[in-house]
Amino acid sequence: MSTNTSTRQQVLVLYLATSALDSEVVGWSRYDGTARTSPTTGDSDEPPYKSGVHALEDGWRLFQAAQLIPPYPGHEYDVSFLKHEFFFEKVVEVDQ
Amino acid sequence: MARFVAHGSLRLDAVVPPEMNEEGIKVLGEGVPGVPYGSRITDVYPEGSFVRRLLEIPAVAGALRSLVGPDPTVDHHFVHIREPHEGQAQPLHGDAIIDVRTDAFDVQLMYYPQDVTLDMGGTLSVPGSHLRRTNESDTGRYQNLRGQSRLVCPAGTVVFLHHGLWHGGRRNDSDTVRYMFKIRFNPTVRQRRLWDTSDLADPRVRRELSTTFPWYEHATGRLEMYNRVLLWRALTGDDTFDLEYWVTRVSNRPQEDAA
Repeated sequence: MSTNTSTRQQVLVLYLATSALDSEVVGWSRYDGTARTSPTTGDSDEPPYKSGVHALEDGWRLFQAAQLIPPYPGHEYDVSFLKHEFFFEKVVEVDQ
Repeated sequence: MARFVAHGSLRLDAVVPPEMNEEGIKVLGEGVPGVPYGSRITDVYPEGSFVRRLLEIPAVAGALRSLVGPDPTVDHHFVHIREPHEGQAQPLHGDAIIDVRTDAFDVQLMYYPQDVTLDMGGTLSVPGSHLRRTNESDTGRYQNLRGQSRLVCPAGTVVFLHHGLWHGGRRNDSDTVRYMFKIRFNPTVRQRRLWDTSDLADPRVRRELSTTFPWYEHATGRLEMYNRVLLWRALTGDDTFDLEYWVTRVSNRPQEDAA
């Protein structure tokens, strides 16, 4: 008997302590295209991985990394968004 | 004050007495009508009213006086109600719009009239985020940051937040309605040495100001110190204050010719 399946994307965003993928995780977000889980703001105090590379080792595929952009002249000391943002995905099968 | 400058918040546990908290739940449940922006406390919270008595509690009055000075105006107030098992948390945000004042700040009083447990979705806040230049909910992508604070507190707790602090109401996964009353205050005087400054030279002041937070990236964490020094200089009037030479080093541009 055959089962109809299709794929969905799960997204993991990691914020790292430096621009290196093997540096420590300082922030994280998750989005789940399978709707099996409903991650939201402030739902965990413990990061899912110690570093970006640890996420790779668990099967997450990196698909975007933040560019290194020099500060705008005159704003070298400003603090704003987190700089070292890495997007990962897992593509998983779901029953239709 | 040094702790507030580092953390961006000041927490006063159970400073409101139980009988007032019981009354507070009722008052908040019925709603507190809005007031005109920039109102005087004495004009909008009459003598004997619940909110006026809340603001007259010595620990609350003292903190407010130290942070924004005498006679601050009421920017606005709002009753936040998080319903049981509601689906979503608020996105992480700073209130109002981007506000980059370096020598003045507003505070937001948050009053919790009931015990807040973890599953009731107490306010999420991010210590040390108040000097970040971001606009309102543009930070909504950040779900969790290391060292974040998920408020769990006894009834009668009051927290003061710097206007820029990233925060948000968490999802209420409990069976209990959660209440919080917020009032934003604007200073009406220069915020310089408004608190008891007799211990400015105490080493604990410098230690508090040197606090770092687990979510800071290594390099940007140093810029946080730089900006914190500038705020402390503004609040104390001491233009020589520094931490680890961060500001002094990059300001050094000698004008004297060599002999």
